[in-house]
Order: sequence, then C-alpha cells, then structure tokens
Amino acid sequence: MLYYLIRRSVSLLLTLALSTIVIFMVMEIVPGDPALIILGIGATDETIAALRQQMGLDLPLLTRYFQWVSGVLVGDLGTSYTYSVPVSELIAERSIVSLPLAIIALTLSTLIAIPTGILAASKRGQVTDTGIMGLTQLGIAIPNFWFAMLMVYIFAVILQWVPAGGFPGWDQGILAALKSLILPAIALALPQAAILSRVTRSALLEALGEDYIRTARAKGLTRSMVLWRHALRNAMIPVLTIMGLQFAFLLAGTIIIENVFYLPGLGRLIFQAITQRDLIVVESTVVLLVASVILINFLVDITYAWVDPRLQSERG
Amino acid sequence: MSDQSVENSKLVHIERETWRNFARKAMRNRSFTIGAAITLIILAMALISFFWTPFDVTKLEIIKRLKKPDATYIFGTDHFGRDMFSMIMVGSRNSIAVAFVAVAIGLVIGVPLGTLAAARKGFVEEVLMRFNDLVFAFPALLSAVMITAIFGPGAINAIIAIGIFNIPVFARLSRSAAMTIWPREYVMAARVAGKSSARITIEHILPNIANLLIVQATIQFSLGILAEAGLSYVGLGTQPPMPSWGRMLFEAQTMIGFAPHMALFPGIAIILAVLGLNLLGDGMRDLLDPKLRRER
Repeated sequence: MLYYLIRRSVSLLLTLALSTIVIFMVMEIVPGDPALIILGIGATDETIAALRQQMGLDLPLLTRYFQWVSGVLVGDLGTSYTYSVPVSELIAERSIVSLPLAIIALTLSTLIAIPTGILAASKRGQVTDTGIMGLTQLGIAIPNFWFAMLMVYIFAVILQWVPAGGFPGWDQGILAALKSLILPAIALALPQAAILSRVTRSALLEALGEDYIRTARAKGLTRSMVLWRHALRNAMIPVLTIMGLQFAFLLAGTIIIENVFYLPGLGRLIFQAITQRDLIVVESTVVLLVASVILINFLVDITYAWVDPRLQSERG
Repeated sequence: MSDQSVENSKLVHIERETWRNFARKAMRNRSFTIGAAITLIILAMALISFFWTPFDVTKLEIIKRLKKPDATYIFGTDHFGRDMFSMIMVGSRNSIAVAFVAVAIGLVIGVPLGTLAAARKGFVEEVLMRFNDLVFAFPALLSAVMITAIFGPGAINAIIAIGIFNIPVFARLSRSAAMTIWPREYVMAARVAGKSSARITIEHILPNIANLLIVQATIQFSLGILAEAGLSYVGLGTQPPMPSWGRMLFEAQTMIGFAPHMALFPGIAIILAVLGLNLLGDGMRDLLDPKLRRER
C-alpha cells in the first residue's frame, strides 16, 4: 500500500505540475496584450511599457511562470485587471454561489439515481427496468441548458414560482437564495442523475454475478437479502468513483448553466474573464478547478485501492 | 469446377449466411433499429438541406416573424421571419460535421497512440497515460470554452476543442483493448513468424478491436453534438448567419415568454440526434459483442 501511495503521489504531483504548465502556456499564446487592453488603443507606448513593467509582463517567461505558481501555492492568485481586486477574493465571492449549487445538484442527482438504479437492477429485464433505462437515455440526450430554458418557461414565466434568473445573495435569506438556485441545480443534476443511475444498475448487476453472491444464495439468503447485504456494498465503489468525478465536473458544468440563469458564480466568472481578457482571473480559476479534479481523482483512486487491495498492482 | 472454386463458393455462401443471420438479429434488436432509423432520418435531413429546404433560411421576412407552428410553417418562424423547420434542417449539417470531424480527430490520433502504447509498453505507455491523466483533468467543457474564447469563436475551433477530448478516449480504449489481444495465440504465432509490431497491429490487433472502436465512435459522436450545441449556445461555436441548433436556442432564450416554439424544436432536434446515436451505439454493442450483452 505504501509503495502504491508513493507511486500515485508522484504521478499526482507530475500531473499537477504539467497542468499548470499547460494552463500557463495557453494563456501565453493568447492574442492581445493585456496592458493594451486595459489602457485602450489611445495609450502611448510609454504608458503601455510602464504598465507592462508594473504587471510584470516584461519579465522572462520562466520567471513569470514560477512567480505565478509560487503565488498560487501560498494562496496569492494575483490581482484582477478588470475588477482591481485580488483574484482569491473574487473566487471566494463566486464560490458561495457555485459550491452550494454543485452540492445541491449532486445531492439531487444521488437521491434520484441510486434508488432508480437499484430498482432497475432488481427488476432486471422487466417493464420497470426498461422504463427507467429509457428515461436515463432521454436524460443523457437532453442538453441541460435547454431543459433549464423549459423550466424557466414553466416555473418562472407561467407559474411564477421562482425567479427566471439572477441571485439575490445569501444575506437576503436562505429561502430566497435557494429559490434562485433550485432550477439551475435541477438542470445540472438531470444528466448526472441519468449517468449515475445507469452506473448504479450495471455495477449492481455485475456484483450480483460474482461468486460470493452465489455462495450467499447457496447459504439460503433470498435474492433481495443478497442484493441489500452484499451486492450493494460492492457496487458502491464504482458509484462513488463516478460521484467524485461528477462533483468536479459539476463545478465546470456551471459555465453554461450559470449563463442561462445569470448567476454570479465561478463559471460565469471564467466566462466573463475570458471575454474581457482578464487572463490572471482565467488562469487562477482554471488552475483551481483543474487541481480539484486531479485531487478528487487521486482521493478516489487511493480509497479504491484501500478498499480493494487487488487494484494496487493493476492501477498505475 | 475445380476443388478450389467449390471451396470458395462454399465460403461465400457461409459468409452470406452469417451476414443474413446478423441482419436478422439486427432487425430484432430494438435499440439498434430505432437508433438507426432516427440517425438515418437526421442524416437524410442534412443531405436534403444541401439542395432543398421548404424556405430560404437566408431570407429575412420580418412581416412573418414569430409565427406559431401552422400548416405552412410546421415549426413556426423565428424573430426574423425565417422558417424554423428549414433552419433545423440546415443546422443539422453543422452539428453532424462538427461532431464527425471531432470523432475523426480522436480516432486518427488516439488509436495509433493507444495501439503503440500496447505494443511498446514501458516509457511510451507511461508518457501516454500521463497525457491521458492530464487531458482528463481538464473538464471538457471548461477547456472547450477556453480554447474557443482564446482562438476566437467558430466552427473550426469548436471542432478542435471537442476533438482534443476524443483523443485520450480512443487512446485509452484502444490501448486496453489491444492489450487483451496481444497475449492471444495467433498473435504469438505472428510474432514467432517474425512479423513486426506495426504489421501485427494492422493485421491482427486493429480488426479485433474495430467493433469496440465503432461503438465508442458512435457515443463520442453524440457527445460531440451535445458539446457543439453547448458551445454555439454560449456564442462560441458556429457563427451566424449559418444556422446551428445551439445558436437557435440562444436566440430563443430571450423570447421564451411569447415564442416558446422557438426553443422547443431545436431542443427536440438535439435530443433526437443524441438519442438516436446512443441507441444505435447500444444496439451495435449488443450485436457485435454478445458476451457484453449477457453481462450488462
């Protein structure tokens, strides 16, 4: 286990380092000089040069890369060009919208997916199973932003139960804030729930085909007792893996959904920062998101190996 | 008739029989038939749109704008008076083209990388796996938004953005599939006979993993259509005046209160295309790999 942990940690650090290089290089080749964009086309060469110097843009590439990475490591993410506030402050401010949104979406998707997946597996081949699997096919095929628009039309325009967009802020009361997060959360949860339900079903069916299930059945347990006591526990491993991955992807998935609902979250921050060429914001937000994906993957992998030691030799 | 030609005609007969058998099984597989039917309809719609659409999608007739669906305009008209059905027909070209090229990028780059890793192992494999980890660490949508925003919006950049994410998918799949073929006896025999790894890969490995690749290609195709719609929706994919399903939804959004039909039909088109391809992929998996079917 120790050897596996060391090997996995080395590859974690390597992937993290590579991803920072990739993000940094992508930002480097972006057309457009940030100093010029801030000052506008009327600026003189001297003022541009002065600003470039102030922003550290005149330093060599490698120096800037290490400055940026060491900054990120100690929590100094730089200062936004357009908002003139520290990026860490911006991210913190936006996270209180995106994080709850992702958590609600993941909770919803789990609450829908696991019971339906178990139900489908236990009624394998019957109408219930076919029906649930048909619905999940539909759930995967529906673009979540389209589903979001339809919900806005029904629940905001016609029924007027919830606002069509925007976010009042948590200081306006939890209920008001939750009201503006519920539709986006459902929209985000829909495809995730469909995928998770399919994973639950197939993991459960796979577990039910194992030898120990046959032993348990031979011991005299009924089919449903075996399902709940033995198969489900083993099937949860792949289900948890997918959930871990989904949480990271939900954070990124907010880019489009936050645009539909005009929510001031992380996704919209990245989107706006890209269009305004506020590169330091893009760089730092993306690196945080990517690092969280890598870390979650890492945690899932080592939990996996810890639960099932057979995997330690197989996975690299 | 010589013995050889008798043998040959027997072989042809057997081949025809297995083909007929396969066709019969395919017709009985519900996922496959429904998926294939939907996919064919959408492909046909795209092809027909090249030389015929009910109305001209480039002609703006403000007087006919925002018409509800009726006998003339079966899906209604948009805020410029353009026929929605014609726009959906033309838009299908775009979705298909973007997703198709993105899948091709994944196949052309990913499969050689994956099979190479399986054949060579060691350092090559290690590098490839780290590259895979790296690409998977970037949520696809996030990077697609970054790429298109940085290099400018448009169909080509959307294709590249989506295509990059298909590379590790196919590399990973072809590596793991190829690894199960390498230890087989006929591959051993080919090695003993002195064939090079490249030749073994082309003659023995690829034909054996082709089924898996075709199924995965169908699934990536459907994901590509969804991704293109998403990018066009946020304004980073296909640019106007070329109609695209995602863009139509973006335009519909501000008018949803009084013209919901503008949002309804492009959405249904996307769902059908994705659903059709997914069902087709599922059906093909069942047909091409009966073992998987039992396990699922």
